[in-house]
Amino acid sequence: AMVLPIRAFAQDAPMVGELAEFTGGAEPGTGDITLTAPEIAENGNTVPIEVSAPGAAEIRVYALGNPVPGVAAFTFGPLAASQAASTRIRLATTQEVLAVAKLQDGSFIADRKEVKVTIGGCGG
Amino acid sequence: MAEGVKPRVKVPKSASAGEAVTIKTLISHQMESGQRKDSDGNVIPRSIINRFTCDFNGQNVIDVVLAPAISTNPYFEFDATVPESGEFTFTWYDDDGSTYTDTQSIEVS
Repeated sequence: AMVLPIRAFAQDAPMVGELAEFTGGAEPGTGDITLTAPEIAENGNTVPIEVSAPGAAEIRVYALGNPVPGVAAFTFGPLAASQAASTRIRLATTQEVLAVAKLQDGSFIADRKEVKVTIGGCGG
Repeated sequence: MAEGVKPRVKVPKSASAGEAVTIKTLISHQMESGQRKDSDGNVIPRSIINRFTCDFNGQNVIDVVLAPAISTNPYFEFDATVPESGEFTFTWYDDDGSTYTDTQSIEVS
């Protein structure tokens, strides 16, 4: 039988973490943040999303119905022309996707979208 | 576990000073989520790109932390401000400790 190696990523790799770690338990408000995602995704393995929150220091994305909800954390540097980014994500099942932005003043705002998934993307 | 990893980036060749340019990046990588099982029922260990950064002339544009929920062949599109001519540096960090980099220069007139 093959023995799987114990990998070092757990302590080395940066983590997106939980929503409560990001906001310190604060409930995000509403504001100038937009999460763009399809209403229906035929293939949960690759769902295009875009987040945008003008002036945000950081935006995190959570897939609330995935085995691990954290998806990505975007931090914008001095040469970011917009606080916006697009990527492709995996969704295990029909669920709500949440984008939370941390603003320069330390407050949090959020936007959410329900995505219907026809074929799940987290394999089992 | 990191065979065939190939970064690709799309950056305009020229821009005017202070202009916002759109950058597209993609790296071929299986992004093994750590959630799947093989045919014997053993969990296939996680092996992903866990971080991506883009800098221009040493100043940061964007820094992304990736979780296993980012799709195979991670793709990012974002906008950068180019104050002068110079070079974009793109770096991807693999769970196995490898890093992959690509650079693209842009002429500012």
